[in-house]
Amino acid sequence: MLNVSGLTAAYGQVTAIRDISLAVDAGGILAVIGANGAGKSTLLKTIAGLLPATSGTIFFDGDDITRRSAFDRVRRGIALVPEGRRLFPSLTVQENLQTAFASKRKGAWTLDAVYDLFPLVAERRHRRAGNLSGGEQQATAIARALVTNPKLLLLDEVSLGLAPAIIADLYARLPDILAQGTGILLVEQDVSQAMKVADSVHCLLQGATSLTGKNLTMADISGAYFGVDKK
Amino acid sequence: MIPSLPLRAKGLETPEYTVRRWTRMSIWGTSGLGVAVVVMALLPFMVNLSVTYAMIDFFILLLLAMTWNMLAGYGGMVSVGQQAYIGIGAYAVVVFADTFGLNIIVTILLAAIVSAILAFPISFFAFRLVGGYFAIGTWVLAEVVRLIVVQFPQIGGGSGVSLAAMSDLPKELRIAFSYWIALGAAVIVLVVCVWLVRSRIGLALTAVRDDVTAASTSGVRVQSVRRRVFIFAAAAAGVAGALVAISTLRVQPDSVFSVQWSAFMIFIVVVGGVGTLEGPIIGAIIFWALKQLLADYGPLYLILLGIVGIVFVLFVRGGVWGAVSRRKRLELFPVGYRFSRSDKDGSKQAP
Amino acid sequence: MNLLEPIVQGILLGGLYALFAAGLSLMFGVMRIVNLAYGDFAVLAAYGSLVVINVAAVNPLVALVVVAPLMAVLGYVLQRTVLQRTLGASPLPSLLVTFGLSIIIQNALLLFGSADQQRLSLGAIDTASVELPFGVRVGVFPLGVFVLAVILLGILSWITARTQYGRLVRAVSDDPDTVTLQGANPKIIYGVATAIAFGLVAIAGVAAGIQTSFSPSSGSMLLIFAFEAVIIGGLGSLWGTLGGAVILGVAQTVGAAFAPAQQILAGHIVFLLFLAFLPNGLSRRKVRA
Repeated sequence: MLNVSGLTAAYGQVTAIRDISLAVDAGGILAVIGANGAGKSTLLKTIAGLLPATSGTIFFDGDDITRRSAFDRVRRGIALVPEGRRLFPSLTVQENLQTAFASKRKGAWTLDAVYDLFPLVAERRHRRAGNLSGGEQQATAIARALVTNPKLLLLDEVSLGLAPAIIADLYARLPDILAQGTGILLVEQDVSQAMKVADSVHCLLQGATSLTGKNLTMADISGAYFGVDKK
Repeated sequence: MIPSLPLRAKGLETPEYTVRRWTRMSIWGTSGLGVAVVVMALLPFMVNLSVTYAMIDFFILLLLAMTWNMLAGYGGMVSVGQQAYIGIGAYAVVVFADTFGLNIIVTILLAAIVSAILAFPISFFAFRLVGGYFAIGTWVLAEVVRLIVVQFPQIGGGSGVSLAAMSDLPKELRIAFSYWIALGAAVIVLVVCVWLVRSRIGLALTAVRDDVTAASTSGVRVQSVRRRVFIFAAAAAGVAGALVAISTLRVQPDSVFSVQWSAFMIFIVVVGGVGTLEGPIIGAIIFWALKQLLADYGPLYLILLGIVGIVFVLFVRGGVWGAVSRRKRLELFPVGYRFSRSDKDGSKQAP
Repeated sequence: MNLLEPIVQGILLGGLYALFAAGLSLMFGVMRIVNLAYGDFAVLAAYGSLVVINVAAVNPLVALVVVAPLMAVLGYVLQRTVLQRTLGASPLPSLLVTFGLSIIIQNALLLFGSADQQRLSLGAIDTASVELPFGVRVGVFPLGVFVLAVILLGILSWITARTQYGRLVRAVSDDPDTVTLQGANPKIIYGVATAIAFGLVAIAGVAAGIQTSFSPSSGSMLLIFAFEAVIIGGLGSLWGTLGGAVILGVAQTVGAAFAPAQQILAGHIVFLLFLAFLPNGLSRRKVRA
């Protein structure tokens, strides 16, 4: 469904990711891991269209979307839950979810369906998004992305700054999302959490792929994660 | 593989760093301008009266543009109300010269002082507003100053007043005299601008313009730095107004308080290059030349200025100076910092 | 002196100013653009109506039906082609461009028209008046403008509060990048907002052209009144803006009742008092600028 090959992107003169290739299938989870500044969020932003690719291609459902605008990618079925949640603070929770109607995509994820998935969000629906706790914000951000009925969901650091119980609670919803045939590409700093849920893992080191595969051991990963040579 | 810092790579002994502010370019630039000033001082002896007269206009525009550039280009204060001080300066000359009979040079200094004093309370109103609303706010304040000035029949009310003090001088002498004052004022303002940009105030201003919050958390007293520049710009505009009064001998409220002054200074700075010291000088030359060529076309000329200004903002953000200096980092004035490291073998490296 | 009549007239005048202020504050709220050519676009609309009236021999309200949509289209195109390029962290580019537009419009009107004062006329309605309780007589037209202003502000506030477009407008002023992640194109949201603002300014310009007179240079004054109403009302609140406009209108008419020549100065002084003592205006919310 998503096929990225040779993707390179830069902030001004500084190359942030280099020559990255990966694929995500419908109903599958790929976890991108790596240390701070490895380029994980940049990778998701580039796939979502917030950052232009300097070279390489992004194919989605067989179409080349490398040069498409971010909103067009959303309308094709790519949703990003951005780093830091980025809710609209002056809108209520429900209004935040309703903005996703702009994607004009219909599907299983109606407002009622996401409220069923996240009862806490339903409870807070008339509150301003600026007045939510971190966990409520993260749930709302995921719910908002689901309302665009994505075929591919990009999750950026879902666990950042949240208590373990809340993180576990959020991750427990992923199977319901996958059940709709949605593919998930998630970025995670917590490696064990990522390995628990993901089908395969893609490790970044200083903007480049350092390791990729399924059923990896912690020993393989620690080398690729920290860039320590095993000699 | 984290790229190691050069300091570490070279071992323990710290290399020597040197910071230079003068470059060959800025030495040439500054001395070239010095020569130009001397030549210009001799101009009234060499050209006819109408050229000298037109040059007064050039210096007025130049000092307005230089100070507007300090406000907007360095300080982020987009004022559309500098005409308040131009008007006050012009009226100050008339009042101090004709009513109190003071020497004309003294009245020009007083024009600067009165404008600066007026700018102080005005700044408290204007600084309540930021960005775009600051612009209209300064405009409203200029309107208020105009509406108050025209209340006084003693200074001609709404129809204006003539300056009697200099009218008995022969025309040639009066114009040459105004020219030298205008030249001197422009040089002084230029020197102050260079000094401001070189000084801590210049650094603080740039910091404030780029990020108010970051600047204030790094210890810049934002409002106080802004206020000083605001008052300096007002004083310079007061001098500009005084020059208008002594060169034309006539002060009309609708003309000295016209928002068109702001339009002209904005045009000059935008076309020359905003946020540089060289920009306003180049812009003033371009604007002045256009004015000599096209001013007779009236509205059409102003429409052209508007279009050119918009085209520069959209497509040539750095103005003419920005386009010229982009590659080579040219500087006519010694305001930058050149940082170089001299290694133990004495070779110099650019960082 | 009976102040009741000037106060009522000032309130009605506030309706006219609110029409101006709503568009200015909409453009600022959505795009952070302060449109310095705003008053000039109002004058342009008034001249446009004059042309339609002369060509088609219709009354100004019919002309407005032609001119308002044209102005809205102009606004949309201007936003997409010119103003969009000025958006960014610094307010300088949009200020400079709109100031340039102001100069172009004023001088183009001078070039194709004349510097004379013009007026639009609705015939008998111009001078018709009605008597309100307590013996206050007010003009029918100013009363109509006030009612229209309240209706239009009501519609605008319903759009922002209740419709999908309104939600996107509020979202885009919070965070434009994230709006693209919901599948919306901020440029279109901006274009439509500018179109609405220009439609409003056309209505306001024609109303002002009937109520008072206009000339190529009268746009600056209209911009200043709109700005004063916005600041007195407090940024980011439509009904606050109406309140601000009414306060400005009353300040002017009551000032004129004491000293007929000082109408505008009286308005400025009240504005400055608000700026000094209530810098956030009637609404207490602080809005980033």
